[in-house]
Amino acid sequence: MSEMILGSRGLVLNEPLLWEKGRKGRNAFSPPRRDVPEASVDPDLVGDDLDFPDLSEVELVRHYTRLSTWNFGVDTGMYPLGSCTMKYNPKTNERQAALPGLAKAHPLLPPHLAQGPLELMYRLEQYLAEVTGMDAVSVQPAAGAHGELAGMLLMYAYLKSRNSQRSKIIIPDTAHGTNPASAALCGYRPVPVASNDQGILSTETIADVMDEDTAGIMVTNPNTIGLFEDNIKEISDVVHDKGGLVYCDGANMNALMGIVDMNEIGIDVLHLNLHKSFSTPHGGGGPGSGPVCVNEKLVPFLPVPRVVRNGDSYDLSEDFPDSIGKLDTFYGHFGVMVKAYSYIRSLGPDGLKKVSQLAVLNANYIKEKLKGTYHLPFDRTCMHECVFDDSIQNELKVTTLDIAKRLMDYGFHPPTVYFPLVIPGAIMVEPTETEPKENLDLFIDAMKRIAEEAKENPEILKSAPHKSKVRRLDETTAARKPCLAG
Amino acid sequence: MRYLSHTPDDIDEMLQVVGAESLDALFSNIPQSCCCRLPLNLPQALTEWELNAHMDSLAGQTAVSPDYTLFLGAGSYDHFVPAAVSYLLGRGEFVTSYTPYQPEVSQGTLQAIYEYQTLATRLMGMEVATASHYDGSTALAESLLMAIRVTRKKRVAVSQLVHPLYRRVIQTYFDPTDFDVVELPYGSDGRTDLSKVAGMDDLAAVAVQSPNFFGGIEDLSAVADAAHAKGALFIASFIEAIAYGLLKSPGSLGADIVCGEGQSLGLGRSFGGPGLGMLGSLKKYMRNLPGRLVGQTTDVEGRKGFVLTLATREQHIRREKATSNICTNNSLCALTAAVYMASLGGTGLRNLAQLNYDKAAYLRSELSQAGVETPFSAPCFNEFVVRFSNGFTKKYEELSEKKIIAGLPLECYYPELVDHYLLCATETLSKEDMDLLVREVTS
Repeated sequence: MSEMILGSRGLVLNEPLLWEKGRKGRNAFSPPRRDVPEASVDPDLVGDDLDFPDLSEVELVRHYTRLSTWNFGVDTGMYPLGSCTMKYNPKTNERQAALPGLAKAHPLLPPHLAQGPLELMYRLEQYLAEVTGMDAVSVQPAAGAHGELAGMLLMYAYLKSRNSQRSKIIIPDTAHGTNPASAALCGYRPVPVASNDQGILSTETIADVMDEDTAGIMVTNPNTIGLFEDNIKEISDVVHDKGGLVYCDGANMNALMGIVDMNEIGIDVLHLNLHKSFSTPHGGGGPGSGPVCVNEKLVPFLPVPRVVRNGDSYDLSEDFPDSIGKLDTFYGHFGVMVKAYSYIRSLGPDGLKKVSQLAVLNANYIKEKLKGTYHLPFDRTCMHECVFDDSIQNELKVTTLDIAKRLMDYGFHPPTVYFPLVIPGAIMVEPTETEPKENLDLFIDAMKRIAEEAKENPEILKSAPHKSKVRRLDETTAARKPCLAG
Repeated sequence: MRYLSHTPDDIDEMLQVVGAESLDALFSNIPQSCCCRLPLNLPQALTEWELNAHMDSLAGQTAVSPDYTLFLGAGSYDHFVPAAVSYLLGRGEFVTSYTPYQPEVSQGTLQAIYEYQTLATRLMGMEVATASHYDGSTALAESLLMAIRVTRKKRVAVSQLVHPLYRRVIQTYFDPTDFDVVELPYGSDGRTDLSKVAGMDDLAAVAVQSPNFFGGIEDLSAVADAAHAKGALFIASFIEAIAYGLLKSPGSLGADIVCGEGQSLGLGRSFGGPGLGMLGSLKKYMRNLPGRLVGQTTDVEGRKGFVLTLATREQHIRREKATSNICTNNSLCALTAAVYMASLGGTGLRNLAQLNYDKAAYLRSELSQAGVETPFSAPCFNEFVVRFSNGFTKKYEELSEKKIIAGLPLECYYPELVDHYLLCATETLSKEDMDLLVREVTS
């Protein structure tokens, strides 16, 4: 068994801070040769020399290579961070995004000289509309929370156009923190609602709070407990009957591609995360891309410029007078869109459906294998993720945090912990479809061994991790006496 | 499918454990009325070989260098990126990790972003800088909202020489609020006219971009005085970060918040995104900052380490009372900027900035000597405005057929500036490129 533990000892190299390296007179930069005379600059405009270290190329490369080895990525191993969909990031996508005709394209080229990028954006919007079942898409939002903001602005603009301004929005207790924060930017006050004893929303709960001063509901489906909101159609009806709109946080779309029709279930507006379901890398926290998908009634309000097709050519159009306007400087994170486009073209319709099926299979497999060892608050077929808690281990005074930190010693990135907030001590596992069965088995073994250790040697959990570059860090002092720059 | 590892035997074995008869049966609790009635209507899967051919053909339909010569900047700049920078940014450990919620296995990202924050503060002349925002426009919109939080006032003044597309993003962010955006006009020298500021009430911030959209270097000390006289914060915005390799930093001239676009720092143009939203402030406003921050601390053995910090400002803790809704930001772009700045060093960045200044000075002077009008007298960095002869549009099109993009027509952003064009010259354009442009536009 011990040789099956992925975590091992290795040589971890120290590396100082960047400015503790280098020496004046070195450089790693060979700019184009000067072929014009030096012009005089008004001395009043010129700043002091920048306090940046001067490094040679070898110092530069060693510095960042060593730093990179202290990071755990999907390329390193299983990263079951629930709600974040840390699936494998195909390498061909990087090749495509780096093609000079895409990577070097200036955003303000005359459209007839930028047909490739425009066609790609146009097609991607069409494909995402097809995958979700929605009527139109804008790829302009820069990340998931930006897509949420777009969605809220669309709702706001739609209601305003109908002279029906409202002050509240319903947000379930399982929502991502970004949901209330995005709604607040449009002045909507969140009305929290609780899930039922099945872990999903009841139609009655929504009917009780939905009124004509409520803009609608922000629902995540599958929700953050990993469960499908079975009553979603009825809930949508309740919201629509009072003139409201249904917003779906599509962060968890990875479970439903080719399976559920979002338009059919009454969703008016939905955002996707291309860096989740569509395999673009997370980059240590972005860049992402958060396309917003709408049904017919919200189409006039989509952000501009919109990519339009005129016969065989593509253009950018501002001719949408009801649009909410622009969300970022140009058209969004085009470089990320290229990777998502490449992914959709690589998988095709059957591949995408298979992705969702296997994502759900992997999550249910882990759920079945670990239930009993860890407490499962909602024992139903889950979607792409399953949520345990630490109530069994709490009796041994071991917490979710200890379990998560100990998993690092076994060579796994921990799951999402303490979220969703409705499950105290939540351990949210999203294996994704790209994890082979052997890895799931290793993860399951590790989790079982940690549960044994909690009984036999809880100290080893409380003091974990033992094998990482650093051990537990003092976050309290970091926040009380912030040191944000060197 | 090469990204999926499951063999038919794996699937059977796992289905048995789960107690489902088939993959479809895993979804049997979803009401039938919610399900897709038809298979997805998408193009069939391509092999990697076919995909390459398809993508090559899409990418082949764009006007890019070296085939084309572009005098086009306007918030997206062509700079030389050393191979070592691109190479390091390919490291899977950086690219395929996520937000460093688990610091013990994320020290690479955390130290690199801490170093980015440090270089960013030095470049902008600020005391603290955030981990990143989406781009220069959203960083500015969030800065304005921050100033409103800090001052508890409701009006902001924004220069008309802030990038016109940034101003449209501000409009989008402000539309559902009861906050007021007033525009400051520009003067005949191509710099912001501050005379209106003194008469404004309830002013939270004055936002001015330098170099401004016309490429002109603003008198930032004067903006600071005008803003502070009204009890407002001075927000300095920028779209060309390289300029601060040469020019005095906005912080040294009195800015309270500095924000802008970091695309120039090693990122490709990539049809406009992803870029890098940079944002810094004085330390006293730290707890009002939007977005992620990395801080230094120690571990239980006293070793130096880094964590995400001041999370009580953020959406996952404060929810609707958060300072921003941002979660995923542009971390890899911040890392790119850090590696790029480290590659250049202080000496390299100063030399590069001077070279940019000189290229534009050369082009401006050659055009001027050839009789082309340069209507604004303010000093400029690597971009400037010219007024070509009446009806230059036709010539512009002819030049684009000759694979020269003669700048950005300004009329659609500033209707009063008919026949005016914004020209950009960075280190990637040669003297020959510029001489050719001068000959062509004056022939």
